[in-house]
Parts: sequence; C-alpha cells; structure tokens
Amino acid sequence: MRLKGKIALISGAARGMGASEARLFASEGASVVLGDVLHQQAQAVADEINNSDGHALAVTLDVTSEQSWRNAVNAAEQRFGNISVLVNNAGILVREELEEGTDPGWDSTMNVNAKGVYLGMKQTVPSMLRAGGGSIINISSISGIVSLGYPAYNASKGAVRLLTKNVAIRYADKNIRVNSIHPGVINTAMMDGDTRSDEDWDRMIPLGRFAEAIEVAYGALFLASEESSFMTGSELVIDGGFTAQ
Amino acid sequence: MRLQDKVAIITGAARGMGASEARIFANEGAKVILADIQVEDGNHVTKEIIDAGGQALFVEMDVSSQADWDRTIEAAISNFGKINVLVNNAGIIERDSLEETTEETWDKIMAVNAKGVFLGTKAVIPHMRAAGGGSIVNISSISGMISVGYPAYNSSKGAIRVFTKCAAVELARDNIRVNSIHPGTIWTSMSTYKRAFTREERAKTIPMQRVAEPEEIAYPALFLASDESSYMTGSELVIDGGATAE
Repeated sequence: MRLKGKIALISGAARGMGASEARLFASEGASVVLGDVLHQQAQAVADEINNSDGHALAVTLDVTSEQSWRNAVNAAEQRFGNISVLVNNAGILVREELEEGTDPGWDSTMNVNAKGVYLGMKQTVPSMLRAGGGSIINISSISGIVSLGYPAYNASKGAVRLLTKNVAIRYADKNIRVNSIHPGVINTAMMDGDTRSDEDWDRMIPLGRFAEAIEVAYGALFLASEESSFMTGSELVIDGGFTAQ
Repeated sequence: MRLQDKVAIITGAARGMGASEARIFANEGAKVILADIQVEDGNHVTKEIIDAGGQALFVEMDVSSQADWDRTIEAAISNFGKINVLVNNAGIIERDSLEETTEETWDKIMAVNAKGVFLGTKAVIPHMRAAGGGSIVNISSISGMISVGYPAYNSSKGAIRVFTKCAAVELARDNIRVNSIHPGTIWTSMSTYKRAFTREERAKTIPMQRVAEPEEIAYPALFLASDESSYMTGSELVIDGGATAE
C-alpha cells in the first residue's frame, strides 16, 4: 500500500476529483480527512470509506477562511495525528467573460482557487514539519498554463502554478515536496453549463474524450507517495494532449 | 501488479536508470526486453531479473541503427508476442562547450539521443496499434528545458521534448500515449563521466540538497507506463529536486 501510515487532508473532497482522491488514498492505506463546505456530501463519502475498512473523517472546510483551516487541521491532528499529505483540490468556476465580469465573480474565484491554496499550505505546513516532511498537491488546471475558460479562473489557476513553485523552493530542504496538477477537461459537476459542442472538444483534445476523476486521482496518488520522492516544484499535466498542440 | 501481462522494451537497460526501470517493471508483472550496447552489464541485469522470478530478455542493440531496432522488435514479438510499453532511455553525453564541440560529437550525440528515440517510437507503432494502444516514455532531461552548458546534449534533449509532443498528438487516436521525463541530477555512471565535481558538491546546487537515485526516475516511468496515467499524453514529467522551479 503506497500511502500506508500517511494522514491526508483533501479540500473539496465531497465530490468529483476530491472524492475520487479520498477513496483512492484510503484504499492505499492513508487516513483521510475530507474537507468541504458541502458537509453532508463529504460525510457520505467518509462513511463509505469507513464502511469499507478505511479510515476517514469529514470536516466542514471553507478554504477561504483561515480559521476554518485551523479547525480542519486541529480535527485531523486530534483524530489521526500530524498531516503528511495535503491536496488543495477545492475550486470554483464562475462563467464570466472579461467585459461582463463582476467584482464578486473575480473575488470569489480568486479567494477559493488561489487564496484557499495559500491558506491551506500556511496552516498545514507546521503539522507536516512535525511529521518530519510531507507532500502537498495543488490542483491547478491547464487554465494555469494556457488560455481556457474565463479570465478569473485562468488567473487563479496561474497563481496556483507559481505559488506552488515558491513554496516548493522554500521547503525543499525541509522534506516537504510541493507540486501542481494541471487537469484538462474532467467529467465532473464543474462542466455543468458548458456550451462548447462535442465537435469543438473533439478537435481540442487529441485523446478525443474527457477524463474521469479517477484519472486525476491516480496522478495525485503518485505525487502523494514516495514514488515521486525527487519531484518538487513540478507540474503534472493530465490533459489528454490538450496543451501538447 | 501494475504492468501485469504487459511487454516492455527498455533501451539503455544495462545500467543506471534503465536497469532500475527493468527491475521495477518486471517486479510489477511486465515481460521486459533489455536493450543495450553494453552486453556484459545487460546480461547481468537480465539474469538477476530472471533469477528473481521475472521474465526478461537481453538484446544487444545500438539505438541509432534501424537494423538493430528491427532485430529488437523481432525479438520482442517472437519471445513475448506483443509490445505495450517502450522506454527510450538510452543516452550519451559529452561535456564539451560550444567551441569545443566537434562535428563528430554533435552527430554521435544526436544519433543516439534524438534519432534513437525517433527510430524506436516509429518502430513500435504498428505493434502498439495491434495491441489496442500503448505507452511510450521518452527520457529527456532538464537539459531539454534549460542550458546545462553542453550544446550537443542540450539540443538532443530539447529535440526529445518536442518530438514527444508531436508523436503524442499524432498517435493519440490510436490510444498510444507518449510522454517525456526530465530528470535533474540522477547519480549514475553518466553523472561521474568526465565530471569535475563530487556528489556532495553537486547536491548543494539542488534545492532538495541532494542528488537522486535511479529508482526515483524508474517509479515515475512506471506511473507513465501503467494505465494509472491513462489521460496523460504529450506531457513533461520534471523530476529534478526543484532545480528548474527557481
């Protein structure tokens, strides 16, 4: 088991990629703390993991609130111990183009997608240092690399990409690794409301399909585990070839 | 086992990262063709894998030779029946500056590091297509992204980086995935070849304050070879202890 004895905190774990990561990490031996504003759904995933011999705890987590992060880290430490894996997975998409953009649309996107990652690392790193090291996985997007989607989302995901490198360098000699994942189009609730045609997507994605959440979760498992022990400050692009052309 | 029943060809498998990949792939259930010009070391690693209960075969080959690729493919098909994974790992270096680099050195490094990847990738296409898909892992380097001061080596690794993307896009609809790995300093016989500094001196220049062991590239190669990376193609896996993040 690749995460035996590890304690993992995953934000946005109630559904989609986060839920998939939680299930996979638990099946690889990790004790998993599922943080989400959607508490009931996070609790349901935690129950499912606990009922299949895994170890999971659901906590209410608003990633834009430092106090909420403190509470989540405390709950994780009290239930399982020091945190060795953090997946900053929570994210939102506000469908506003530049000229129709609103302040609340920009601010909420930046707060959840970028500030949430900053606060999560800030509040979790002390626990990781006590654990003797750890692995942080920040879910950016190919929107952190190329133009795709909407300006606030693009900007927030670009912020995560470089924030990752900054913290990676800062903690490289402290045995904390920090890497980003850049998913392409994943078949989750975030794609509800998408207006592109199948033909458009087919042309843009060489593999000719969207990904399932588990295909990102395995990438996160690789980065969480010791199998990626010399990787830090790197970008794991999982996009079916989208950005290769 | 993550490569159960898969057949993998690994070039440069006699030593270093290639040998480590061969051991780990075999341990995960793959039948491994170890290809190398280094016959003695290659046979040794192959025997070790077989003695440990794995399935492996050594083929003497020069990756810059089309005829050698033909023989290697033939050996894989006749012994194991199919090809699912190719790791283009073979590579050479000369630590010459631009002004020191001779035409012979340029041609030789380009032949092994760049042309070898082209020939190998092209050679496996029909067999991977017949198998319903496959995974090709090309070992580039952080020298494919930034200058390390050896222009022929730098250029050859840059060629691999973008060749990988071209092949990935062309072969995506055949479900053949093609990705590159960009190692930083991995401590192998290549690291010490004509090197003016020690392992400890080198480690101080890397954010993680250490160099890597070959296994630290072999496990990522396993990830890319396996179905766990099923949505990854045309991507770059940088494994450098933070060297290119600053």
